[in-house]
Amino acid sequence: MPGELQSFLSLPAEAARRTGPLDQIVFSSRVRLARNIQGFSFPGWAKKPERVRSLEVIRAAVEQLPALAGGFSETMDSLSALEKQILVERHLISREHAAKSGGSGLVIDRSEGVCVMINEEDHLRMQALRPGFQLAEVWQLIDEIDTALETRLPYAFSPDLGYLTACPTNVGTGIRVSAMLHLPGMVLAELINPTIQSVNKLGLAVRGLYGEGTEALGNIFQVSNQMTLGESEPEIVERLSKVVHQMIEHETNARQKLLEEKPKVLCNHIGRAYGVLANAYSISSKEAMNLLSLVRLAHDLKMFPGVPRALFDELFLVTQPAHLQRAHAGKLGAEERDVRRADLLRDRLRDVPRPVPPQLTPPPTDATKGASEE
Amino acid sequence: MLCSICQKNEAKVHLTQIVDDKMQKIDLCEECSKAKGVTDPAGFELADLLLGLGAAAEVEPRPTPKPGELACPGCGLSQADFKKSGRFGCPRCYTAFSDGMPAMLKTMHRGIRHTGKVPRAARPRREPADLLKQLNRRLEKAIQTEDFEQAAQLRDQIRALRQPAAGAS
Repeated sequence: MPGELQSFLSLPAEAARRTGPLDQIVFSSRVRLARNIQGFSFPGWAKKPERVRSLEVIRAAVEQLPALAGGFSETMDSLSALEKQILVERHLISREHAAKSGGSGLVIDRSEGVCVMINEEDHLRMQALRPGFQLAEVWQLIDEIDTALETRLPYAFSPDLGYLTACPTNVGTGIRVSAMLHLPGMVLAELINPTIQSVNKLGLAVRGLYGEGTEALGNIFQVSNQMTLGESEPEIVERLSKVVHQMIEHETNARQKLLEEKPKVLCNHIGRAYGVLANAYSISSKEAMNLLSLVRLAHDLKMFPGVPRALFDELFLVTQPAHLQRAHAGKLGAEERDVRRADLLRDRLRDVPRPVPPQLTPPPTDATKGASEE
Repeated sequence: MLCSICQKNEAKVHLTQIVDDKMQKIDLCEECSKAKGVTDPAGFELADLLLGLGAAAEVEPRPTPKPGELACPGCGLSQADFKKSGRFGCPRCYTAFSDGMPAMLKTMHRGIRHTGKVPRAARPRREPADLLKQLNRRLEKAIQTEDFEQAAQLRDQIRALRQPAAGAS
């Protein structure tokens, strides 16, 4: 049923207007659970007829959950490559899942906050996603869905090893807690690499925009737990929350320090980013992401008074390859995409005035500064 | 909805399986589901349960492992297959390849025992009693250290645990 996904998903402008706590730095919070069903081989080992059977059983059970009523449910072979890529760009499915076809499926709830991937690497990969810093909330949300599902499907569970997963690196809780962070300050101040190293030492992973093995485009980083066995879910959520809080603090400090010590360097980066985005006639997705990151930072630093931040977040989304192609109703070559992307950016930034230099002295209404110091 | 087997208790476990393009549904109460081994991860054979012993074996022809090689009886995955992909073939592989499992898990995880969420169907029955014992111990300690706020909280928890037991049965 082509076109059905398009009418189900919210428009990019709507999606960009969703807000959450601390969303200047934390784009989104996500918790994913891996589950498998007794009596079926894992999807990677099962032959296609078995995957088709398990998909049918699992999909029926998931669709019946009250939390997913009225949602979008489809098998992967009935989605086009473009639709799958749009789902990746919305962070609803993994790139691995986008590569699946027959014998795999997905169910998305009406708010687009819950997505259940069926027969990805495991029979079930269910995730809850919310804007801003809401790790405890998304854990609660997916925990409830999991509890509702366990009465309908016989989970593969061992008292010693917990939830059994295709890859032993996910066994136990099967949980991956992650936060997507926007860290341009730490990148500009060259603090990002040592920070990533120290986060890695805590047993947490730092990845790029689309998860495993992807580049950190647009100064966007995903922090997530790696270990799933030997710790309870709330402990993992708590540990990650602490680290995310620290990274928010480091990023805030890095931005403040740049403002105080290197305002010209900072303004140079931002002014050039604005100049290119607002005036280019051809721009790649990668360059657009990196420059949009800088104008989003400028917005946080109050250099675009009167411009809603949702504009920049929307541009992050609509300049992605699949979203761009969808807007133009058809496949575009890379070069043509770069031209269309630049056209779109020039058009959308036409009425956005040049960034104003940041105020060094914080305005008197700013009460947070005093409060954050002990 | 009543249990399909005993027709007495409320069904709490709902299973669906497709066998040879025919959908089979079964609704079980907790007792019957346990009796039939549905909650035992290694023993799930809905086809056997519904169609008689041996039916499950026909559902999927299993590849035959090379002679002498350790393979999972559930899915036929051999040790070599696992080494190649780093992925197991089915839940039963965890039992089939249990030798060396703790050593491998130790390199990947914080511990080698699950301490997180447990699905209701897999929860041991004596759990409430254990919890009660543990709470009482903590209550005594709180009283000793004169942490009365904590003690009051614990007392409420103990009361709450004791009450639903009276209503449920």
